[in-house]
Amino acid sequence: MFILKLIIRNCFRHPLRLLLTIAGVAVAVIAFGLLRTLVELWYLGAESSSSTRLITRNSISLVFSLPISYKEKIRQVQGVEKVANANWFGGIYKTEKNFFPNFAVDPQNYLDLYPEFVLSPEERGAFLRDRKGAVAGRKLAAKHGWKIGDQITLKGTIFPGQWEFVLRGIYRGAQRTTDESQFFFHWNYLNETLKQTMARRADQTGIFVIGVKKADQAAEAAEAVDAQFKNSLAETLTETEKAFQLSFVAMTEAIVIAIQIVSYVVIVIIMVVAANTMAMTARERIAEYATLKALGFGPFHIGGVIFGESLAISLAGGALGIALTFPAAGWIETELSQFFPVFHVTTVTVLLDLAAATVVGSVAAIFPTWRGVTIRVADGLRRIG
Amino acid sequence: MTEGPLVEIVNVAKSYRRGSQVVPVLEDITFSIAAGEFLALMGPSGSGKSTLLNLIAGIDTVDSGTITIGGVNITTLAETELAAWRALHVGFIFQFYNLMPVLTAFENVELPLLLTRLSRRDRREHVATVLELVGLADRMDHYPSQLSGGQQQRVAIARAMVTDPTILVADEPTGDLDRVSAGEILSLMDRLVADFGKTIIMVTHDPRAAEKAHLIRHLEKGVLTNS
Repeated sequence: MFILKLIIRNCFRHPLRLLLTIAGVAVAVIAFGLLRTLVELWYLGAESSSSTRLITRNSISLVFSLPISYKEKIRQVQGVEKVANANWFGGIYKTEKNFFPNFAVDPQNYLDLYPEFVLSPEERGAFLRDRKGAVAGRKLAAKHGWKIGDQITLKGTIFPGQWEFVLRGIYRGAQRTTDESQFFFHWNYLNETLKQTMARRADQTGIFVIGVKKADQAAEAAEAVDAQFKNSLAETLTETEKAFQLSFVAMTEAIVIAIQIVSYVVIVIIMVVAANTMAMTARERIAEYATLKALGFGPFHIGGVIFGESLAISLAGGALGIALTFPAAGWIETELSQFFPVFHVTTVTVLLDLAAATVVGSVAAIFPTWRGVTIRVADGLRRIG
Repeated sequence: MTEGPLVEIVNVAKSYRRGSQVVPVLEDITFSIAAGEFLALMGPSGSGKSTLLNLIAGIDTVDSGTITIGGVNITTLAETELAAWRALHVGFIFQFYNLMPVLTAFENVELPLLLTRLSRRDRREHVATVLELVGLADRMDHYPSQLSGGQQQRVAIARAMVTDPTILVADEPTGDLDRVSAGEILSLMDRLVADFGKTIIMVTHDPRAAEKAHLIRHLEKGVLTNS
């Protein structure tokens, strides 16, 4: 109780120093939290992927397409329950700044395979019925002020021309981490247009999304699918959705590692600053610690007072930082949604923030605590006035 | 309590190391102090009087010799035993008061009692009694910064007295005070000896302060020059 009282009162002895230290730790924790969230975001696609979904693509590269005729053959493979084809469309809405992912899909099967894209039965029905119909995520629709029935024109980049769609549905994510900034439309609409304008590019698709009955059938089904198209003009590579997503992450792994390093460097910097502050504080109070020792107080008391103060300040900064991380992440999600459609601070990140603040407070206290505990009373008492 | 002198110092020597050089501070000090005595240690700066006081108070250790206080040879005690012994037997009065600035007068005086098994209520009673004794009962909720130098020293004396220690050690207790406040503090210390039978060992440069003592011992270059 006495130690706690002394810790609390000592914390407030230099209000400005306290404020600046707390602010420093808070800023570091915010930076750490946001950078960790960014790293998690990188892996979000992989983490939220389904274990019962497989992706089949051209074995040479994703750039090369696959014949749509493969679809029926894949459907007949044992263990395969559903197959949908999808194409990266790469359309631009008004200007390139308005980037959002847009895909031409086999709507019925695609929506069945991705139950995380939640549509009302009415909107789903309207989308399926209309060949020029499209579905947009809630955030995307909100950002551009789209309403059901709006006509949306995308300028094709991979498939040149002006492509007109009618918004038939606005989906919401089943989970908080579901990307609500995507745009889907009928692959048939794309294909029929291509048949008229670029016949050689018709009847092709980018990937097949395969749904298997059970997760433990995935490996076997993937092998069977690839075996079926071995020695064909377009050999396939079938992998789990997670592996498919991780292949994208691998392309940018150096950036992820750099961000991770920066996140730890931020913590190390604030640790050094906090250690300096605590060392300064302990140096100023060395005569007080010596007096307590002279009165009979032991290392536990002296160490507790110094360590407790460091930890209390650091945790206060950590708590403030964690509290501010959420609005900061919210701002990023709103204002930079084209880059970060989901910027959700997870419990793991909060726990890491807390751990970082604890480590900062503990490490910063090591030297001052050691100094306070080991100083000889007579030497400490000389440091007065 | 044992028969004979309360404090017995026998052949005590102390030196400090300064790099590779050994600097002797005290040499072959032998003397004793009876219970209820008020002793002043005088001498020029660097004569070793504060070092001797620290050794008697158990906050520094001898190189050789023995110091026995109330029958306990404190030179044989380990660091933790010495801390426990100090808490029970020594009351400290410092030149610069050494009060905790974040604690009130009451809380400062209560500090040594926190190491005892006294209940909160008993602690309150003890603290109130000694603050009354030093004439600061009405200032118990004041922080050191809200008190004058003389008042702070009186709080320090109350803190030194609250555990009813075997000895009180005072290092230049009036060194930071004006003449009036110094006079009040010395009168108070005199009362502690006369009315409560306390044993006080005081280091001072001030001849007026030394006058209050029953006995004055002079140190010169680490050696006692009179007895």
